Amino acid sequence: MKKGNFFLYTGAVIVCIVLLLVIVGFFWTPYSTTEMDGSNKTQPPSISHLLGTDNFGRDIFSRVLEGAGTSCLVAVSVIAIGCGLGIVIGGLCGYYGGLPDLLLTRICDAITAFPSILLALVILSLLDNGMVNIILVLGLLFVPSFARVVRAEFSRCRGLNYVKSVRLMGAGDLRIMVFHILPNTRQVLMPALAIGFNNAILSEASMSFLGLGIQPPNASLGSMLSDSQIYLQSAPWYALGVGGVMVLLILGFGLMTEGLQRYGERD
Amino acid sequence: MKRSFLAVFLVAALLACLLCGCREATNSGNGTSDGTTLSSGQRAENNEIIVGIAQDLDDCLDPNLSTAAGTREVMFNVFEGLVKPDSTGDYVCAVASDYDVTDGGLTYVFTLRDNVVFHNGETCTPEDILSSFQICADTTVNSTVAAALSVVADMVIQDGTFTITLQEPNPDFLSIIANVYILPEGYENQATAPVGTGPFRFVSRSIQENIVLERNEAYYGQCAYLSKVTYKIYEDANALFTALNSGALDLVAHLTSDQVDNLSNGYQVLEGTMNLVQAMYLNHNVKPFDDVRVRQALCYAVDVDAMLDLTADGHGTKLGSSMYPAFTKYFEASLADRYPHDVEKAKTLLAEAGYPDGFSFTITVPSNYTPHVNTAIVLAEQLKAVGINAGIQQVDWNTWVSEVYGGRDFEATVVGFDASTLNAGSLLARWVSNNGKNMINFNNPEYDAAFAAARGALNDEEQTAQYKKCLEILSETAANVYLQDLADFVAINPRLEGFKFYPLYVMDMSLVRYTQS
Repeated sequence: MKKGNFFLYTGAVIVCIVLLLVIVGFFWTPYSTTEMDGSNKTQPPSISHLLGTDNFGRDIFSRVLEGAGTSCLVAVSVIAIGCGLGIVIGGLCGYYGGLPDLLLTRICDAITAFPSILLALVILSLLDNGMVNIILVLGLLFVPSFARVVRAEFSRCRGLNYVKSVRLMGAGDLRIMVFHILPNTRQVLMPALAIGFNNAILSEASMSFLGLGIQPPNASLGSMLSDSQIYLQSAPWYALGVGGVMVLLILGFGLMTEGLQRYGERD
Repeated sequence: MKRSFLAVFLVAALLACLLCGCREATNSGNGTSDGTTLSSGQRAENNEIIVGIAQDLDDCLDPNLSTAAGTREVMFNVFEGLVKPDSTGDYVCAVASDYDVTDGGLTYVFTLRDNVVFHNGETCTPEDILSSFQICADTTVNSTVAAALSVVADMVIQDGTFTITLQEPNPDFLSIIANVYILPEGYENQATAPVGTGPFRFVSRSIQENIVLERNEAYYGQCAYLSKVTYKIYEDANALFTALNSGALDLVAHLTSDQVDNLSNGYQVLEGTMNLVQAMYLNHNVKPFDDVRVRQALCYAVDVDAMLDLTADGHGTKLGSSMYPAFTKYFEASLADRYPHDVEKAKTLLAEAGYPDGFSFTITVPSNYTPHVNTAIVLAEQLKAVGINAGIQQVDWNTWVSEVYGGRDFEATVVGFDASTLNAGSLLARWVSNNGKNMINFNNPEYDAAFAAARGALNDEEQTAQYKKCLEILSETAANVYLQDLADFVAINPRLEGFKFYPLYVMDMSLVRYTQS
C-alpha cells in the first residue's frame, strides 16, 4: 500500500504543479506569447526570461505555458471523446454480447492494428489541420482502447451474483449498467485514463511536430520542439525547456498510473 | 521500488525523445533506400556530390511544360537554348557558336556548332533546332516566350546558320532565345526522361526522393567537373537542415540566416540573393481583398524592416513591386517606400473600407519553405496591431501547387516568384488579367494596356518605360503586400569551389568542382 501511495502522491504532486502552471497560463503569461522583439532574439535564460527567448525574441516560458495548455486541452478533449464513446460502445457490447458485440470488437481490433499516429496523419492530411480536427481524429482513434477495457469488465460483471440480484429486484438494463456495473470498472478505467492522457499528449505533440497539428503562431509543445531543432547547438535551452515540461507532464501521469494500478492490486 | 521508479522515469524520458529519434531514423532510412549513403570522402573520391533541395520537381520535366522555379533550378543543367544566361546576367553562346543582330534588331543570325550531341547520343541537326522553335511556340506555358515567338516572321536554316526574322523589333529577344530549349526532333519522352544538350544529362528520378544527373561527356564546351550530381528531396525543412549539418549533403541553397548561424559542420557559407519576389499574395476575387483600400491598409500595417530584422538579421532587400534588384534596368528602390509602416493610416483605410474592427483571413503557406513560414508568422503578428487576425495554414508543396497556384483556392499566401528569363516581362506577364498564371486574379485594364504597350515597344527605352509603369500600377493598387528579395545563403562543402550566384533562380552545377589538394 505504501508503494502505491508513493507513486500516486509523487505523480499527483508533479501533475498538480504542471496543471497549476497551465491553468495560470490560460489567464496570464509573463509576456505576450506572440509579441516579437528583434533585439532580443535567442537570449539564454535569465531573470526576465525564465526559459530564454526564441528566434523571434518571444518569451519561451510564456509560450511553454500556452503550449502546455493547448496540449492539455487537446488531451482532455481527446480523452473525453475517446472515453465517453468507449464506455458507451464497450458497455453495450460487454453487457449484451451477441453479433453486434462481435462486429464492433473486430472493428476496434482493426483500428488498433494500424499505428494510430499514421492513421491520424492520413486523416489529417485529407482534412484541414487545426485544433478541432485533431481532437476529433485523435478522439475517435482513442475509442478502441477504452471500449476494450470497459467491454471486458462489463462482460465479466454481467454474470456476477450482485448483478443477478438487482435484476431480480426488477432493475432495468440501463440502470444496472450505469449504476451497478459502471462504478465497478473504475479500477481498470482510472489507469486507462492516465495512460490515455499521456498517449494523447504525445500524439498531439507528434502531429504538431510534423506540422499537421496546431498551426503557428499558436504554441504547442510539439511544434515548439520542432522549431527548436535547428537551435539545438546555439540555444539548447529552447529544446530543453519545452522537452522538460513535456517530460514532467508525462512522468507525472506515468507515476499516477503506476500508483493507481498498485492501488487496484491491493484491493 | 527504486528500480521501477527509475524505469518509469526512463520510459517517460524515452517517449519525449522518441519524436526526435523518429526523425533521425527516417533520415537514415531514406539514405539506404536510394543508395546515397556514401560518406563525404567517398563522394569526393567518386567526384560526385549530393545537393539537398526543399521540394520535388514538377511531375512533367518537359522544359516547355514545367512551371515551378525549383524545377528550372535543377533542369538548367540539362537544357540549353542557342544562347544561355551566365552568372553576370549576359547571354553567352550555347548551341550556337556565334550570333549577330542586324537589320535594326529585326534579324538574328545564329551560327550553329556542328559538334553538339544530345544526351541520347544523337547529333543535333538544324532540323532539331527548327522543330524545337516550333514545338516551343506551340506548347510553351511561358506566356512571355509564347508572345515573343508569335511575332516571328520567318525562320531559315542555311549553310550552318539559323536566321530568325521578326515582324517588329524586340529588345529582349535574346532572353527569349535562351528559353527556347533545343530538344531532339520527334523525341516524345521529355516529360519523364528529358533529353537536352546541357553539361549534365538526366539519369533518373524517383518521386519525392531524388533526381540524379551525370556529366555529359560529349559536351561541346568545357565539360562539367563533377561526374555525378544527386539532388535529394527533403520536404521537411528541419530534416533538410539536419542532413546538411550531419555532412550527408554537400550543397544546400536557400537557407535562412538562423540556419546558417546554427550550422556547425564547418561548411563555407556564401551569401547572394534568391532572385525572387517574396510577397503576401492576395486573392483579389476574395472579399475583402477586392478593395484596394484594404490591400493598401495591409501594406501600411506591415513593417518590412522589422520583418527583415526578425527573420534574417536584416539581410534581404525590400522590393515594393514585382521586380527584384538584379534587374537593375527596371528595379525602382523608391517603390519600396511607398507604404511606410503606419498603423494609424492602415486603421483609417480599413475604417473607410468598412472594416473598422479589422477582419480575419488565412495565410496558406508551403511548409517546406522555412523563410516563407517564418515570414507568415511575423506577418500575422504585425497585422494584429491594426486589428486584423491572420491565421496560418501550412500545406505541403504539392497541395500548394494544386490548390493555391492551380486552383486559386486561397485568401492569401506567402511565396516567392522568380523570373524564367532575364526579362522584366517574365515577372510581369502573370498579372495580366487573362494570363493563366494570374493566381491572384489581378484585373486592371490600365496594367493590361501598359503591359501590351511594353510588349509592342519598338525600342528598349520605350519598353523600359512601360514596364516601369506596370510596376508603378502594381505598387499603387497594392496588388500584393510586397516584401523582399530574400537573402540566399548557400552552405557548401569546403572541399568544393566554383559555385556562382546567377541573377536567375538557377544553380549552375557545371562550375562546381572539388579543390585539388
